[in-house]
Amino acid sequence: MPTVKDESDARGGAQPPVTAGLLRIVDRRGDPPGRGAVNRERFIRRFKDDIKRAADEEFGKRSITDVGRGGRISIPGRGLAEPRLRHDEETGSRDFILPGNREYLPGDSISRPRGGGESGADGEEAGSGEGSDSFAFVLSREEFLSLFFDDLELPNLERTRFGEMSMERMRRGGYSREGLPSNLLPSMTVRMGIARRIALRGAIAENIEELEREIEDAEGQEQAALLEEIERLRARREALPFLEDVDRRYRARVPTAAPATRAVMLCLMDVSGSMDERKKDLAKRFFALLYLFLERKYGHVEVVFVRHTETAEEVDEERFFNDPQTGGTLVYPALELALRIIRTRFAGPDWNVYIAQASDGDCTTEDGHKSAAFVSQELLPLVRYFAYIDIPSSSGWFNRASDLWQSYDAIEGPAFARRAVHDRSDIWPVFRELFARKQAA
Amino acid sequence: MAATDSDSDSAKQRPWPKLLTKPTVPMPRPGLVRRAEPIATGTEWTLGTLEKFDRAIAAHAAKLGLDTYPIQYELITANQMLDLCSTVGMPIHYAHWSFGKQLLSQEHGYRKGMTGLAYEIVINTNPAIAYLMETNTLALQVLVMAHAGYGHNAFFKSNYLFRQFTQADAILDYLQFARSFVQECEEQHGWREVEAILDCCHALAPYGVDRYRRPARLSVKRERARLNERLRFAERHYNPNFAHLHLNDGAGSGTEAATTFDPQENLLYFIEKHAPKLHAWQRELVRIVRKVSQYFYPQRLTKVANEGAATFWHYTLLNELYDAGEVDDGFMLEWLSNHGDVVAQPAFDSRSFNGMNPYALGFSIFRDIRRICEEPTDEDRQWFPSLAGSSWQEAIQFAMSNFKDDSLIEQYLSPKVMRDMRLFMMHDGEEDREHYLVRAIHNEAGYTKVRQTLAAQYRSEAYLPTIVVARANDDAERALLLQHRVENGRMLETHSAETILGYIKQLWKFDVVLEEVDGEGRRLKIHRT
Repeated sequence: MPTVKDESDARGGAQPPVTAGLLRIVDRRGDPPGRGAVNRERFIRRFKDDIKRAADEEFGKRSITDVGRGGRISIPGRGLAEPRLRHDEETGSRDFILPGNREYLPGDSISRPRGGGESGADGEEAGSGEGSDSFAFVLSREEFLSLFFDDLELPNLERTRFGEMSMERMRRGGYSREGLPSNLLPSMTVRMGIARRIALRGAIAENIEELEREIEDAEGQEQAALLEEIERLRARREALPFLEDVDRRYRARVPTAAPATRAVMLCLMDVSGSMDERKKDLAKRFFALLYLFLERKYGHVEVVFVRHTETAEEVDEERFFNDPQTGGTLVYPALELALRIIRTRFAGPDWNVYIAQASDGDCTTEDGHKSAAFVSQELLPLVRYFAYIDIPSSSGWFNRASDLWQSYDAIEGPAFARRAVHDRSDIWPVFRELFARKQAA
Repeated sequence: MAATDSDSDSAKQRPWPKLLTKPTVPMPRPGLVRRAEPIATGTEWTLGTLEKFDRAIAAHAAKLGLDTYPIQYELITANQMLDLCSTVGMPIHYAHWSFGKQLLSQEHGYRKGMTGLAYEIVINTNPAIAYLMETNTLALQVLVMAHAGYGHNAFFKSNYLFRQFTQADAILDYLQFARSFVQECEEQHGWREVEAILDCCHALAPYGVDRYRRPARLSVKRERARLNERLRFAERHYNPNFAHLHLNDGAGSGTEAATTFDPQENLLYFIEKHAPKLHAWQRELVRIVRKVSQYFYPQRLTKVANEGAATFWHYTLLNELYDAGEVDDGFMLEWLSNHGDVVAQPAFDSRSFNGMNPYALGFSIFRDIRRICEEPTDEDRQWFPSLAGSSWQEAIQFAMSNFKDDSLIEQYLSPKVMRDMRLFMMHDGEEDREHYLVRAIHNEAGYTKVRQTLAAQYRSEAYLPTIVVARANDDAERALLLQHRVENGRMLETHSAETILGYIKQLWKFDVVLEEVDGEGRRLKIHRT
């Protein structure tokens, strides 16, 4: 496939063409992509509702690790037709020509094709999309995700925006008379020098004029003294220093509030014996979705995995999901470990901390109460959002809320949310519900 | 279905030569004595080799008297080609969702491998711009250069429609203006408003052309000046109490216009000038769509002639290259296979039949003109007495310059081409909706009928129902009356008529009525919004 052009040949081609000005080959391959993207976006904007519905459906069919990828979408073709005025083929009479006659003689008749899809040479596909089935196309990853998260909003984003949970950043702001040499602004300094000299020269000139008026009335020694004074002033006026300390100007930096932009997501999961593969899979889906969502908002998201049985430990993703453990369940140590991790590694106002906890809800009453208290007193003040996903056992003959769920009844606050997930199809609705953009309260 | 012996005469002389789905193309004769070494062999190309080929083609074109605009080739990627195709081949265009739809469907087809890419796009500008896609092989690049860079280019430069109706050197500037204007409107009035107007205009674009009058020259400077004047006028004269008096943009009062109303065929022009309630910027949008539609009008009328000429010229020029020894046998076989696909005409009953292929028909006609000039038979002398034996270059040049599709067919479709393509004429009438009746085939009795019918088929009235503005503004209702003259009893399809009326109403803002009248002016049917 000819793609790379050879340097020597390109030069060879630069000889003067046979007919001057007749030939130009312009290589446009490097041009930035332009219009295509604009028109594409127009299309998506116009059919957003249809496309979103299709994207949601598509999501239901997909495995969550593929959610982030773009993909084929097909939407109903009805709104897409660009209508044109047509003749009704069932009326009137017309003659037309067809090619490829194999056997017919004048006077023969041919049965008329059904559906009116036939066309003479008028090259008009009947209906051109009118009432046609569906329109399929491929969405890019970006487009897919932006549709996907379209009406979702990060919880408490408002607070961040108005500075309450924000960090301070130094920003350029005006000039100052003091500062580090590296921040000196030479042009500004010289300009201040010019201004100072103009101002002083004017003041001195006024003095001189006044003295000259006095000379006219004065006599003898007095006059000589005045003349001397005038000379002194003139000399001073000429000798005004080019730059003085007061002229110096520096770039000033002022502290301003800026939203925190770094994010960390802590995944807490119970990996005790009662958490089977199905439950872990559901948890994983939820975590993956949250990750995608945060990544889109923040660009880069740190992920920390904490698993617990009776004890808690931080592990990598592989072991988090795939390393089976046995043992009982204590939630409290995991929460404690999470707090330790936040304090040591993600402290400070520039971190947005999100915690997602997944569990089947088995725990002792004492552990549950302790945990709930810990969450509301220690963790909630530090995090942006704490989401608890309850994955009850599928053997649903006892249809009551889990122990941990009951314990967590005690927690209150806008940063805390919990939902129960029973099935794969619940994940997306629950996620949407948790992160749906709140109407202005 | 067996043929009935209704006409014993024609049955006796069943004229069944071999059915050709592709026009006859003599293959290169191997072992021909070469005058020169090939310029390049193989499939690889470089800018240098392309330039050499262009020079060689230019030399042959000059020898054959081909007159072209200067050419600028632009080398682009497949993605850029997709972009181009989505905006009707123009490198600049205003933004609209329909282009996005085009792009998405083409891209989808292309990625799935269902469709190939158009590999030749040429723009009627001065200099002409021809696009070369980087994934083409050497033979294809040279084919595109000859086809687009010389064939289409020469057609654009010589054909009377293009000379008369489009200004090759002004369109890109105008589109640039259109794009920035649409963008400004979107910023000022919101994209929904702008899109609504553009949607309406796009639906009416076929009715936005002057078919017989030469349009004024496009000039961005003048357009800007005129636009500013229009906007300034609106501003200066704006008085909330009397605003309604100025909305009509200077059009004469309705009553006086009614008495002397000439039917108007340019619907968009009429709307731009006379729609009672459009704002200045909306009128400008109507104007832009109208101007663009006008630019493409000659292209719609010359599909067969244009593609036929371009195909004829690439075929001729590449054969000249071969005869001069500048390309080798492999090169010929590669592009001929491609050429064969382009000019294939599937039979009407074949699965891949999708109407007449303009490449096939046009190429056959132009090739036959040359054949008639060079090797006329007795039949040709009888049918084309002035053509037989004359200079083929002049004959081709004349055919390129002075005809559009229907007149080209009417003038030049020869019995041989009708036989080769086995054209036959069908009748679809009210008396029998179950069957088509074969009226004429490729025999002595049928040639003239077939030729005339095919020509009529390419008149725009045949595929685009005509509507004219019959009356407007003649009463307090300000209704717009449109008329469709019914020919051969062919009525308008109701659903499409109502949809289109809806669009017109969005622009006109008052009632719009479309009546269908027969030759005597009797009203047959009426569509309302």
